[in-house]
Amino acid sequence: MSKTTRIDRRFARLKEEGRPGLVTFITAGDPDLETSKKILLGLPKAGADVIELGMPFSDPMADGPAIQASSLRALKAGHKMRATLELVSEFRKHDQDTPIVLMGYYNPIYVYPNEEFLKDATAAGVDGLIVVDVPPEADDELCIPAREHGLNFIRLVTPTTDARRLPTVLTNTSGFLYYVSITGITGAAAPDVNAVHTQVNLIKKATTLPVAVGFGVKTGDQAKALAKGADAVVVGSALVSAIEQSLEAGGWSTSKTVPSVLDLVQSFAGALQTG
Amino acid sequence: MATAPTQPKDTKPNTFRSGPDDSGHFGIFGGRFVAETLMPLILDLERAYNEAKNDPAFHAELADLNANYAGRPSALYFAERLTEQFGGAKIYFKRDELNHTGSHKINNCLGQILLARRMRKTRIIAETGAGQHGVAVATVCARFGLPCEIFMGKTDVERQKPNVFRMGLLGAKVNPVTSGAGTLKDAMNEALRDWVTNVRDAYYIIGTVAGPHPYPELVRDFQSIIGKEVREQMLEREGRLPDTLVACIGGGSNAIGLFHPFLDDENVKLYGVEAGGHGLDVPNGHAASMNGGSPGVLHGNRTYLLQDDDGQILEGHSISAGLDYPGVGPEHAWLKDTDRVTYVAATDQEALKAFQMCTKREGIIPALEPSHALAYVEKLAPTLSKDNLLVMNMCGRGDKDIFAVADHLGMKM
Repeated sequence: MSKTTRIDRRFARLKEEGRPGLVTFITAGDPDLETSKKILLGLPKAGADVIELGMPFSDPMADGPAIQASSLRALKAGHKMRATLELVSEFRKHDQDTPIVLMGYYNPIYVYPNEEFLKDATAAGVDGLIVVDVPPEADDELCIPAREHGLNFIRLVTPTTDARRLPTVLTNTSGFLYYVSITGITGAAAPDVNAVHTQVNLIKKATTLPVAVGFGVKTGDQAKALAKGADAVVVGSALVSAIEQSLEAGGWSTSKTVPSVLDLVQSFAGALQTG
Repeated sequence: MATAPTQPKDTKPNTFRSGPDDSGHFGIFGGRFVAETLMPLILDLERAYNEAKNDPAFHAELADLNANYAGRPSALYFAERLTEQFGGAKIYFKRDELNHTGSHKINNCLGQILLARRMRKTRIIAETGAGQHGVAVATVCARFGLPCEIFMGKTDVERQKPNVFRMGLLGAKVNPVTSGAGTLKDAMNEALRDWVTNVRDAYYIIGTVAGPHPYPELVRDFQSIIGKEVREQMLEREGRLPDTLVACIGGGSNAIGLFHPFLDDENVKLYGVEAGGHGLDVPNGHAASMNGGSPGVLHGNRTYLLQDDDGQILEGHSISAGLDYPGVGPEHAWLKDTDRVTYVAATDQEALKAFQMCTKREGIIPALEPSHALAYVEKLAPTLSKDNLLVMNMCGRGDKDIFAVADHLGMKM
């Protein structure tokens, strides 16, 4: 892609600063729209370099219990795709530099439908998309149209993506690559740090795109260890679990909800700073 | 091409039997919408299936198991008293409920367990709704000595206790799934999550003609033995092809198995009967994804889905756990849009009535799933002439359903 995007600029700056970035995942509308907005607006100051904002879906097949529950909390609170895009518009009034990547599953986009979604997402200030269940074999569906709207289409590379398949995955990917450090669902077993380094090195030989590593990152020390050789670390399940733990019976947010997430983001950011 | 337009309705394809294309599409439906972790696996499966398809030894082994283990061919039975009662078409039942394990599900499981062995997989996983597929999977795993885990919605575990017990006896581990409404779609989500986690050893035996390519194709191929037998049996019996075929549709595997060998015989009329639940006009009160849903993407394929206007999947409802699924196989979605098959619905009450009628008048206790097909036959048959040969797929027996039926009829066991 010829034009540099907010994501390109952010990774260029991280490189200048010589530190790995922190990519944070939260689900839009979790536990409710107002609380979710406060968390989102607080993320950059707490140390998030890139924000992944989950688009809630009733059937999150690739996600573990923590993110499943967060998606369901948002839907139970009546969350709609339009509200996700409105959250991004609101964020952009306060922050013009932090990239936002929408992450989720294809069906809510397909039903929106695609072309209108891409138009509205771009207008709202979205920078990229991660759509878990649209593989490169279906690039004509969404990836190439997204690129035409100036959005980065970020792909997952997994331990099952072998050398033969990697070029297929890289073909139309832009922005950054998301290396999934385990086979499995989000928030599952801890990744094997050495195996991840080997894989990240292989990916780095095949592309100049930045590589973010995620799935199963629970502690600052783990984040720090995984960041070696990578450009960023993604933290998701740990953050939405912090939301869950802060709620009172019935799923209502409390005065602890926003600070507990932002404090955790701050501690991950701190761990990555002390490289 | 992924975005190929739907076949216009006024230009019929030359053949309805050539699908899917290389990327797994039937018109705009089907495809491979899975996470990257699974993509290499389904490509492997596609290669393995294409090899097996062209290997006479594979077909010979499957034919032997079908004949001597499952008990095929299943009979084609003239249902004389129901024919008399309905007063129209001559009604035949394809007796797939007589198969080993009590339904058509064994046809697919025998094919897939042989594939899993060829691929040297050491652990089998599967989802199940009514438990018929789960029992068939547990059975073939016992037969071939492979460990097996079945994912089953918690609601279904409760309403299908006899099948849960059978799976346990056969040595399978049944994992109750509590997410969502605890029914078939949630079981499928959980099976996919297990597969993503255990990619190297696990083989996922999907029970219906849904999921990512090549599942809809290979499950259809294994189930097509139903229609192939009907073709031969009817030619032998009546000297000609049937005029009308009727089958119930959840995911649609028994129906496609019956229909597929007849898709290019344009004089053979095909009817798929969806689960109308409390009625098609009751929001989220039915499981008729083609008559009451819209196109979307779920569980690896594009197809008709029960969903809200924001693309969130609805649970749906049916008295029959086996039809209680918010989607349908992509080939059915395409056969609907090309008008080759007529898709209708029968309600819970109509199915219950058909269940009792078949039991009393033919001495056959049908499963609640084919009871839906029979409920439609009751409406259709009287409108057809007496020389119209109608075949309904009796795809499962009702032993598993007697507790649920007793409950619905307010009877004590």
